[in-house]
Amino acid sequence: MKGMHNKKNLGEWLVTIPPLGWLFIFFMIPTIIAITIAFRPSSPYGDIEAGWTLENFIMLFSPTYITIIWRTIWISFISTIICLFFALPTGYYMARLSQKWRQIILLLIIVPFWTNFLIRIFAWKIILNPEGILQYILISLGIISKNTMMLYRTETVILVTVYTYLPFAILPIFAAAEKFNFKLLEAAQDLGASRWESFSRIFLPNISKGLKVATFMVMIPCLGSYIIPDLVGGTNSEMIGNLIATQAFIARNIPMAAAWATVLMAMILFPMGLVISTKLLSRKMAE
Amino acid sequence: MLKEMNDFLVFENISKQFGSNKVVNQVSFSISKGEVFSLIGPSGCGKTTLLRICAGLEEPDTGRLILNGVDITALPPNQRKVNTVFQNYALFPHMTVIENIAFGPKIAKWDKKKIVSEVDFFLDLIQLQEHKNKYPSQLSGGQRQRVAIARALINRPLILLLDEPLAALDLKLRQRMLVELDNIHDKIGTTFLFVTHDQGEAMSISDKIAVMNKGNIEQIGTPIEIYEAPKTSFVAAFIGDTNFFEGTVCELINNEISRIHLDGFPEITVYNDKSLRSGTKVYLSVRPEKINITRAYPAQDKPLTNILKGKVEDVIYLGSQTKFWIRVADYRLAINKQHTSFLLDEQPIKWQDDVWISWNPEHGYLLDTYAETDENLLTLPSE
Ligand SMILES: Nc1ncnc2c1ncn2[C@@H]1O[C@H](COP(=O)(O)OP(=O)(O)O)[C@@H](O)[C@H]1O
Ligand SMILES: [Mg+2]
Repeated sequence: MKGMHNKKNLGEWLVTIPPLGWLFIFFMIPTIIAITIAFRPSSPYGDIEAGWTLENFIMLFSPTYITIIWRTIWISFISTIICLFFALPTGYYMARLSQKWRQIILLLIIVPFWTNFLIRIFAWKIILNPEGILQYILISLGIISKNTMMLYRTETVILVTVYTYLPFAILPIFAAAEKFNFKLLEAAQDLGASRWESFSRIFLPNISKGLKVATFMVMIPCLGSYIIPDLVGGTNSEMIGNLIATQAFIARNIPMAAAWATVLMAMILFPMGLVISTKLLSRKMAE
Repeated sequence: MLKEMNDFLVFENISKQFGSNKVVNQVSFSISKGEVFSLIGPSGCGKTTLLRICAGLEEPDTGRLILNGVDITALPPNQRKVNTVFQNYALFPHMTVIENIAFGPKIAKWDKKKIVSEVDFFLDLIQLQEHKNKYPSQLSGGQRQRVAIARALINRPLILLLDEPLAALDLKLRQRMLVELDNIHDKIGTTFLFVTHDQGEAMSISDKIAVMNKGNIEQIGTPIEIYEAPKTSFVAAFIGDTNFFEGTVCELINNEISRIHLDGFPEITVYNDKSLRSGTKVYLSVRPEKINITRAYPAQDKPLTNILKGKVEDVIYLGSQTKFWIRVADYRLAINKQHTSFLLDEQPIKWQDDVWISWNPEHGYLLDTYAETDENLLTLPSE
């Protein structure tokens, strides 16, 4: 028996090691290198100097940078909330559709991915262009004035971010809702719950896993946004991703860019760690 | 006052169709306060749909629903004083036993102390005190079912709807739960509307039974009425086994007894309380246990007893009783003989034996309607 067990373990190891090795070489090592570079001084010519310093991190706390960190957080937060707000009812109703319609809607959600991400963002630039059709329609409807600029604003960044990441919120919520037993909602109503009460007390807790996944799927790429604020955002909607790019390509201050990347990583790992540890804690409490 | 009690819950001309599928067809009946009323019929006959209409989960196409004198047809489910024990219980998987039971009271915003004491009372009633902090996935089928009952009853509904509550349990557990359900009904006194496809369950627990077939109610009565005096061949065949005869009235012997002529069978006498005339076509049901089977010519205790000669074609010994299939002319009759004496002392009736069978005229019950397809419901061995 023991031998068999070991053999099975060996087999498992054999299939696990290659991907683990891949991740270690091409993901862990570069990450560690980036983090170490963040503690190196930089030369004005774009070189990484020898020695160690905290200078790069101290610079992050200048008021302009704090503003950008804060902006990155709230843009990501609002975009995530909006994505969840639309994804919840979509996932709920998709799960209630017949098999055929489910497939069709799923396809419609996935179809945009067949077009390159950059091209889709340029499409938004065309849609929101001051000379564009949308501007024309909205002006003739009297909703906006001629001078309103729909591009290069923080709202535009949020709009395009929501557009880009909404499918990543819908899919995990739909996957969870698909496994949900909708008879439970009838049972709740039978016991006196209103539609809203049965939704919030029965449906939401039962798809909480899907909700968490959806939150991370939107929040994480949002925090690291670079292309969207770069293309449709204005000077007032710069995010951490843009700062990293500026530091690396324009200021040629690689240690500074690495410091920013490290902070960004911490910002992502912190809420994830929080969720995981509360989960472990509540499981321990239950025991 | 008395009328009100008899019409505690009234279904008035209720119909429902899904697409072109008429699932409930102009159904009208009423349930008295405090009784156990069973709705019984084969799978797909519309029982669940009728129950869902009562709970407010389905809207009837026509008709009204009156509970305790109030028209509730238009009320949404959460505003009806009606609670349901669902077919697969539909317990909330993310809540413990306590939380499941307390769900209704919490929604209704009862006083905290009252919730605690009521939940405690029902945990005692269903004997699940020691499992109160478990999740439904950690419970057995029977325990889940009890939680579902408590979760519904704690809201003190005027009517408790039970949709095949025992169907998911194995046979032994089913019988125990049936007794328990009966005890709970005695203790709480809530009116039960009990749906099942199992006639045994319905017979043992109900005050009244409605037999449903293809969206129609064929007969309503006490278990004894339904069994002894079935109005239709469907009811006769669905509630227990029976023997059907088709014939014409040929002689009125007196006010109560008539002689019936049958094709391919000797003439027989029946109790004719419907005062059917000579020449009327009739259908007759005789229950297997009402027919006596003997080796010797039976002593005739009543003058008009039917006594016929037959041959044993099949025998199934079941311990407490034996099932016989006896050939008499063109007919094959099912007969159940209950054993009241010590069988080893006797010479039992065997396959291919010649026997005498007999039954009293009043044991043959004349049906109002007959459909040949209903014979398929009988559990006779193939010829
Ligand atoms: N929501 C629905 N949509 C379409 N057909 C339904 C629906 N609910 C039930 N039916 C049909 O109605 C018939 C009766 O179903 P049901 O009331 O569940 O029967 P029972 O409970 O007696 O087995 C079945 O043929 C079923 O397919
Ligand atoms: Mg059913």
